[in-house]
Amino acid sequence: MDVLMLSRLQFAAATFFHFLFVPLTLGLSVMVAIMETRYARSGDEIYLKMTKFWGKLFLINFAIGVVTGITLEFQFGTNWSRYAEFMGDIFGSLLAIEALGFFFLESILLGVWIFGWRKISKKAHATVMWLIAFASTGSAVWILTANAWMQHPVGYVIRNGRAELENFAAVALNPFGILMFFHMVSAAYILSAFFVMGISAYHLLKKQHVEFFTKSFRIALVFGLIFSFFEIFEGHLHGSDLAEKQPAKLAAMDSHWETSKNAPVYLFSFPDEANERNYIEIGPMPGMLSLLAFHSTDAEVKGLKDFPPDERPPVLITFASFKIMVGLGFYFALVTSIGWLRRNRLMESPWYLKLMLYSIPLPYIAILLGWTVAEVGRQPWIVYGVMKTADAVSRIAASQVAISLAAFILVYGLLGAAAFYLIIKTARKGPEPEAA
Amino acid sequence: MDLQTIWFFLWVLLWAVYFVTDGFDLGVGSLLPILGKNNDEKRIMYNTIGPLWDGNEVWLITAGGVTFAAFPRVYAIMFSSLYSALMLILFALILRGVSLEFRGKVDDPRWRKVWDTCMFVGSLVPAILFGVAFANIFQGIPIDGGGVYHGTLFTLLNPYGLLGGVLFLLLFLVHGSLWLAVKSEGNLHDRSADMANKLWPVLLVVAVIFLVASAFATSIYDNYLAHPVLFIFILITVLALLGIKIFLAKRSYWKAWFSSALTIFGATFYGFIGLFPNMFPSSINPDFSLTAFNSSSSPLTLKIMLVLALICVPIVLAYQFWAYNLFKGKVTKDDLAYEEAY
Repeated sequence: MDVLMLSRLQFAAATFFHFLFVPLTLGLSVMVAIMETRYARSGDEIYLKMTKFWGKLFLINFAIGVVTGITLEFQFGTNWSRYAEFMGDIFGSLLAIEALGFFFLESILLGVWIFGWRKISKKAHATVMWLIAFASTGSAVWILTANAWMQHPVGYVIRNGRAELENFAAVALNPFGILMFFHMVSAAYILSAFFVMGISAYHLLKKQHVEFFTKSFRIALVFGLIFSFFEIFEGHLHGSDLAEKQPAKLAAMDSHWETSKNAPVYLFSFPDEANERNYIEIGPMPGMLSLLAFHSTDAEVKGLKDFPPDERPPVLITFASFKIMVGLGFYFALVTSIGWLRRNRLMESPWYLKLMLYSIPLPYIAILLGWTVAEVGRQPWIVYGVMKTADAVSRIAASQVAISLAAFILVYGLLGAAAFYLIIKTARKGPEPEAA
Repeated sequence: MDLQTIWFFLWVLLWAVYFVTDGFDLGVGSLLPILGKNNDEKRIMYNTIGPLWDGNEVWLITAGGVTFAAFPRVYAIMFSSLYSALMLILFALILRGVSLEFRGKVDDPRWRKVWDTCMFVGSLVPAILFGVAFANIFQGIPIDGGGVYHGTLFTLLNPYGLLGGVLFLLLFLVHGSLWLAVKSEGNLHDRSADMANKLWPVLLVVAVIFLVASAFATSIYDNYLAHPVLFIFILITVLALLGIKIFLAKRSYWKAWFSSALTIFGATFYGFIGLFPNMFPSSINPDFSLTAFNSSSSPLTLKIMLVLALICVPIVLAYQFWAYNLFKGKVTKDDLAYEEAY
């Protein structure tokens, strides 16, 4: 394999692994902050126990998220140096703002939160968790703004053989980034809600700590319900924005080959990339793609055949990731709705609790698939329409990258196993037993 | 002063603050197998840096981000040239960070042993490799006009590079043992102070060798000779290094630690003052060297980032100081009983 393929795999492995931990940090910080605020206001010990139990899981998860984030930043220099050189004027500053403005706040306050129980007041301690939640959300804003610039570059001019900043406000307020942000944060909240509901369901099924986990479940349920529905609406906006800004990605997401008006969506289809068609197309909904993409059944949707073959993303991966993600999105809305109807009868609904327990991995899958659509669907471009990924890779020895990729897989594999073990162990153990 | 010069020194400042803050964390981690005689002592060592290491490490992320933002060409060529060294540092720091969080979560000596080993390796490797990398930068790196590196990881392991590695390790070991002397009591405190006393003469000798070797291996004294007033910085650094011993003798451990901090700060600036305006000099041809002027971002980006940095850095320093102040007390055996303790 060449440096390009190895670097792609390495970046994908590092990003996927990092992103197993980031969403839970985003969502759980808010939920723990809510729990701790209730404790600080009411003094009700059960909320303190909730804060500590969910906080413990939050910390295990946070640790891995933090340490694996650094490799992402540095890989732009190590593996994608020609990208870094060409785009650094814009892209680098967004990462620097993230670190200076938000990551510091998050990291320094985390130490204060863990060790500060007897050093600062209850209310101050709860405020610290709110600030951590604020800072991690702020971090997400800037990282996604940086990614959005790769998806839809704005506010720049090509000068001196590189992209130079022309309008900072345009870069910072890139509408594409704003849509990505809401999409990703909602996904993170859904994931966190399913995480809390799933673990609560485990204990409720065992009929232990019933009050504790019923309360936890309900807080998470509200989160999950609201954001599952919001995500469907937001995802639609995001998709129709894509139709305009990344038509090749949109066509790949639906495996849409021929440019046509009144373009359909199929209930089931399967792309045949080699022959530029679909193997099967079952259950056409005429005009649906035109309607979803451009809000009119008459609208013309550009097909993949109208893009030069070397400017098309890998269709099958993009298509399958997108369809499964969307399916999961509707599933989340469905099961949280059922949960809402049964919120007062959770203990009488073991089948539902079991369903929620086994649903924990699903939002993780949905998020990773979402990133696959975003990143694989953008190929062959690293910056859409401006720079190809193949032109961005460092001029370094392939052996180096092969070794580091192997190290990534080994180290991350072991870390993942250790984190998984710790999270399960802590989750199973449940809250500290009440003092007799 | 022009924007590039300001950014050059701001960039050096970020690295210096990183080495001063995370330096003692790396030192404590490297000393773990030597000074931590039993589980309680090891835990105390972990807990002395527990609330602070994470914020300290962000200085590295910021130094990286700022290199990317202000000097993208340096970021691209430095990081891809030093590929293997940097990957080793990153993996080490990953293991270090996770060890802190995971070690105490399972009550099993084998589990603890695994993470203690990761903590040790994860601290020792960056301490040495940062020194190796920076010494090599002072000396010049074999990069051609296209920024392509002509060497391997082992090219960096030349005598001067290794000397830099030893120097950094000693700086961080002294820094870490002083931190432990400040933050612990009883036997651990005594052994830490003793360790600092023993390491100090070695550090002094290595530092002197490094100062002399730099005259032969690098051209960093050219700037000093052109502007002799700059020698003041070297003088201050050497005085700070001597100050460590003076305060150690008086058992003023906080003051000794601050002297050590100033020494590390001065050592970082020492090389880059000599290097200016070079940031990543080429050993193949000086024309290929990356300087603050041929590698910087556009004036607009530099201006915007400067405003942001001038606002954010003091704020960060203020709340980081607040956090340090919050946790300035000694870590005792009693503290280990709390459930949140590492």
